[in-house]
Amino acid sequence: MSTTEPLLEVRDLVKHFPITRGIVFQRKTGAVKAVDGVNLQVAKGETLGIVGETGCGKSTTAKLMMRLLEASSGEVRFQGEDITHLRGARLKAVRREMQMIFQDPYSSLNPRKTVGSIISEPFAIHGLEKDRTQRKRRVQELLETVGMNPEHYNRYPHEFSGGQRQRIGVARALALNPSLLIADEPVSALDVSIQAQVLNLLRDLQRRLGLTLVFIAHDLSVVRHMCDRVAVMYLGKIVEIGPNEALYSTPSHPYTGALLAAVPVADPSAPKHKRELLSGDVPSPANPPSACRFHTRCPKAQELCSREEPILTAHGGGTLAACHFPLSREELSGIGVRSAP
Amino acid sequence: MSGEPLLRVEDLRVAFGTEDGTVHAVDGISYDVAPGATLGIVGESGSGKTVSSLTTMGLTRAQGAQISGRILFEGRDLLALEEGEMRAIRGNEIAMIFQDPLSSLHPLFRVGNQLVEAVRAHNSTTKAAAHARAVELLGLVGIPDPARRAQEYPHEFSGGMRQRAMIAMALANEPKLLIADEPTTALDVTVQAQILALLERLQSELGMAIVIITHDLGVVAEMADEIAVMYAGRIVELAEASLIFTAPQHPYTWGLLRSIPTLTGPREEELVPIPGTPPSLINRPSGCHFHPRCAYSQPEHAEVDPLLQDVPGEPGHRVACLLEVAERRRIWSALQASKAAAEARG
Repeated sequence: MSTTEPLLEVRDLVKHFPITRGIVFQRKTGAVKAVDGVNLQVAKGETLGIVGETGCGKSTTAKLMMRLLEASSGEVRFQGEDITHLRGARLKAVRREMQMIFQDPYSSLNPRKTVGSIISEPFAIHGLEKDRTQRKRRVQELLETVGMNPEHYNRYPHEFSGGQRQRIGVARALALNPSLLIADEPVSALDVSIQAQVLNLLRDLQRRLGLTLVFIAHDLSVVRHMCDRVAVMYLGKIVEIGPNEALYSTPSHPYTGALLAAVPVADPSAPKHKRELLSGDVPSPANPPSACRFHTRCPKAQELCSREEPILTAHGGGTLAACHFPLSREELSGIGVRSAP
Repeated sequence: MSGEPLLRVEDLRVAFGTEDGTVHAVDGISYDVAPGATLGIVGESGSGKTVSSLTTMGLTRAQGAQISGRILFEGRDLLALEEGEMRAIRGNEIAMIFQDPLSSLHPLFRVGNQLVEAVRAHNSTTKAAAHARAVELLGLVGIPDPARRAQEYPHEFSGGMRQRAMIAMALANEPKLLIADEPTTALDVTVQAQILALLERLQSELGMAIVIITHDLGVVAEMADEIAVMYAGRIVELAEASLIFTAPQHPYTWGLLRSIPTLTGPREEELVPIPGTPPSLINRPSGCHFHPRCAYSQPEHAEVDPLLQDVPGEPGHRVACLLEVAERRRIWSALQASKAAAEARG
């Protein structure tokens, strides 16, 4: 990887949520292994995408990075500093540098506050921009940055459409000039014609402000459009990670291949291939399969896969994949993945 | 299309009175669905795609809706039927599946019993026979170990299995028409692929017609024979599926196609969003409802209402746009050329 220090790094990150029984005498009967040993590095200025299906742990990973959840084990390092167990003022100082954009622009804005006070809340929390006129000017600048009318300072969230609300959320996240922005499914609640507006805004802001972006989504096309590098998660683990172009053209992991094949293509003339590659559903993270977690649904699984857990290794396609039997070129074209020439 | 259509919707209008004014949810739409064919209805939230289908099912009657037009199912006008007659058709000859399978199933009844209810609503069979049929249906939609699964409650099913159970319920009486309203929106992409493949298999086995409502152009491209694009309560473009993607004629369809990122094509290509937001259905823009967001609108487009008209030389292709046909073809080929140039660069 790059020689410079990554902006954000997570090492062996684990988050287990306990499952308990009983009310008075609570005892732990198991654990939901939401994130189970994730290693990631995010370089300054890049966009890292995290994709995966419901319950794969992508949002939990984001919350752990933000220190919104306490990790069960492992560490989160930001600008070279271990922030996993920071508290109080030092944690607050780190939080100024990393901000989050949420999925649902309807529930992530307080309906009883004006747009102005929503966007200036970060200033109030961190004791910045104490001068009222100064603060108002700054908020209006932020509204302009995200392509909204600064006059709308005194309006309430319900007066805006979903796309505009998401812009307000972006303005709030930018208020403290963070170096890292984590966007958790920022467009999945928006209409198709509006999604592009928000995606273009995020890309434009990133270029202009030199932001580092962690972009979490389930939509593979959106992630392809936005990200420099992509990590694919399955049941709490990264199964494949690599540069965008390599991951989409020559994926090594059968799960990545199946995900790509499953996306319906908006082109009826495209050659038809079998899209339904995986049967069944994702197993429960409370009781994940042994060794390779994908072996229960994998079309290529062999006996080894249920015995020995594969680690992330290079398989020649330009990505790192955790698989004993990576996809061959012939298999890639068989599932309609556009292979690199 | 040849022969008698299974479903013919003629100038359907549905409006709801609210405190803020009248919501014109569906504003004069017409389409045909042939037996065994698949029509895709695409549009954003509030475009009227769901209300038009609920009206076909007779499900907007009780809500004080003002409905006009005709919905002919095998020649019978569904809007003129008594509620009792409608009930004999609903769930029997026309069935519907919904977006959210969890809230469509009753949480306190076993899945099998809910299927038994659907079977017995239209057939006077014994409970035992209906139960056998329920298990058979669950097997048909690909639920493993259906006899045991029939004894379980909806919360014990995963999202994909619940949607399969909903489809089983809809198929209980072998309907001639299945309306699927965003059937895969709540599901993950690998499960979505399973459900779409299931619908296609069932369609070829049972020969039913499908109306699939979605916002996802990829889903309709895979499923539909014909596609209707809706905007603000109207159909703005209606054509055979491949034409919508290769030779679309309405600026809104262009906007939709250009605003979605794809898995192929150059990555650096900027998405071209449609500016503005979908209009309120209470205060709709005058003239062409799309004109405030349209890059090609002329001043007179705010005054004249466009009609859904045949495109000369392209049978079955109908567009509601005030631009000249030649002009629309010119703009679309220019858009395609700039895209091809970007692809050559990328």
